[in-house]
Formats: sequence, structure tokens, C-alpha cells
Amino acid sequence: MADSLSLPTDSATSDGVSAVNGTVQGQDVLTIAGRSMHSRLLLGTGGFPSLELLAEAIAASGCELVTVALRRIDPSPAHPRGSLLDVLATAGVQLLPNTAGCHTARDALLTARLAREAFATNWIKLEVIGDEDTLLPDAPELLRAAEELVDEGFVVLPYTTDDPVLARRLADIGCAAVMPLGSPIGSGMGIRNQHNITLIREAVDVPVVLDAGIGTASDAALAMELGCDAVMAASAIARAQDPVAMARAMRAAVEAGRLARGAGRIPRRLYATASTSTEGLPEFGG
Amino acid sequence: MIMLNGQRADVHAGETVVTVLAHLGLDEDARGVAVAVDGEVVPRDAWASFALGEDARVEVLTAMQGG
Repeated sequence: MADSLSLPTDSATSDGVSAVNGTVQGQDVLTIAGRSMHSRLLLGTGGFPSLELLAEAIAASGCELVTVALRRIDPSPAHPRGSLLDVLATAGVQLLPNTAGCHTARDALLTARLAREAFATNWIKLEVIGDEDTLLPDAPELLRAAEELVDEGFVVLPYTTDDPVLARRLADIGCAAVMPLGSPIGSGMGIRNQHNITLIREAVDVPVVLDAGIGTASDAALAMELGCDAVMAASAIARAQDPVAMARAMRAAVEAGRLARGAGRIPRRLYATASTSTEGLPEFGG
Repeated sequence: MIMLNGQRADVHAGETVVTVLAHLGLDEDARGVAVAVDGEVVPRDAWASFALGEDARVEVLTAMQGG
């Protein structure tokens, strides 16, 4: 913990932060697979109580990339078709289909191919789950699926553990970004191993998007301070008591963390360092 | 027996994916929809020509909130 945030300034600025007088200039954009985005907050659409709240949260979050899942179509009129896609189109956001619920490389591959058909995008948030209780990724299946999808021309953003070696393997085979978890999906436990997130940032040249585990705004700010290029929030916003207010908070936190990362924080010290000079300190005697 | 999204469907072997979609009130222009038959993607431009086998398992999928 102690030194994880006290990286030297040159390291902090080498990943594209342009901080001048505390203001990030206009050119600070997140680029994934050649697509530039001004927002460094990705939003998951799952869990929102209504499409109206989802639309409001998207607007409040400023996000440009949102996840959607692929499921069996419900022919009942209670689920009007296309309404989710209409909301997302109106919001002007890019879709990031996911393979949520897939437990094997085979299922994830088929889901990715179907998502490409349905949504006319070759971007895929690749999730291959290895355990129903923790929803932790299945590393071997994830790697196999990622490799195949990269070969098929997909822009692959894999949801991965916070293992720096696995993240590097995913980047090496051509993934467009890596999305390490802070803690299990929906747990709200924040970033349980800050050192690993720091190591992942050092280990790969592709964008690092902190995914899963974000509970509140400070978690998102911390992710950015650790050097992540973006943060993905889903449950933290959708299941907050006031999702729209939390979307606004997450947006501010991501921006604050990014600025702080670029600004270069002071090192942690055990003892105090006076901020006021002792020079000219009077001696009052007595 | 042809299965549509996990349920027995009133569709017969030799009929096409377009017929199946019609059962769901969808036409060939349906947006945000993808079809798999027996674990393989059926591309949109093949919907009208793809004839189903006797025990075809058809999945018709669309966008849902998630992730």
C-alpha cells in the first residue's frame, strides 16, 4: 500500500496524462483499438430498475461505451423489442456486447459471433466464468477464447483476474485492452490488491480498465490513481439508492483520480513534514 | 422436434429461419437480433434460405441489460 501510489512523476505522465496547472488539456483521450473517447468511465447496463433511469444515468455519467448482454428474445409485449437498443442509440453511446454467463470458451465464442451479428460491432467484452459463487474468470478458457476471437478479427476486451501474468498474456495475444477485477462482480469490495493493479499497469501496453468490485466513488478514483486508463462500473451505479447521482459521482471520481495521477502525488511518510518553514520562527522566551 | 429458445416450436423440418422468426413476430429486417441453429451462427443473409433439420435447436437472441 505504502508505495503503490508514490510512483515517480515521469512514470505517472508517461501514459498520456497532460496536466498543466492541475487542468487536463483537451487531448486527454482514452483510445482503444483506434477509437478515441473523452470519457474514461464505462457503464454496465445491467441492474437498472428502469430504462428511464438507465438513460438518465448514462447522461449523468458522460460515458461513451456501455455493455449489453445477449439473451433469448422475449416475445411477450411486456418486453417491447428494441427498447434497450433505442435508449442506447438515443444516448449516442457505443455498444460493448459481453459474453456474460458463458462458462466455456466454446460458448463465449458463439456468443461473441452472435453479438457481432446482432449489433454490427466487432467489439466484445469477453467473460468466461469459472465459478458460480465468485464469478471469477476461468483463465485457461479465457485465454483460448481470446486468442480465437482476436484471430477472427474481434476487438477483445477480456474480463480477467488481477493476475499481472495473465493480463500480459492476454495483451500479448492481441487483446485491445485488459479488464482486471478489483474484487468479485457486484461485491462492492473495491480494489482488494492494489499492488497487482499497479503491476498490471506496468506489465501491459494496452489500456487497463478496472472492472468489477467498484462500490463507490472513492474506489473509482483509486483505480485511476493507480494508473488505470478507465473504470467500468455497473452494479455500483445501477443498484445505488440514487443511480443517477451515483453516475455523476463516478464521473467526477474518475476525472479526479485521473487528474491526481497526472499531478503526481507526494510520497507517503511515517513522520510529519512541516508545510510551514521554521525559518524566521520567533523565540518568545519565558 | 424443433426447439425454439428451449421450447417446442410449431415449425417443421425444411422450413427456414425466417419462418421461425415469424413465430416470434419478427421479420427479416429485425434489428438487434441474432440466430443460432445447433450451436452455429446463421448470418442474417442466410435466414431466408437456411432450412431447419428435424431436430434443430434454434436460438433467437437480442440485447438485454447486462454487464
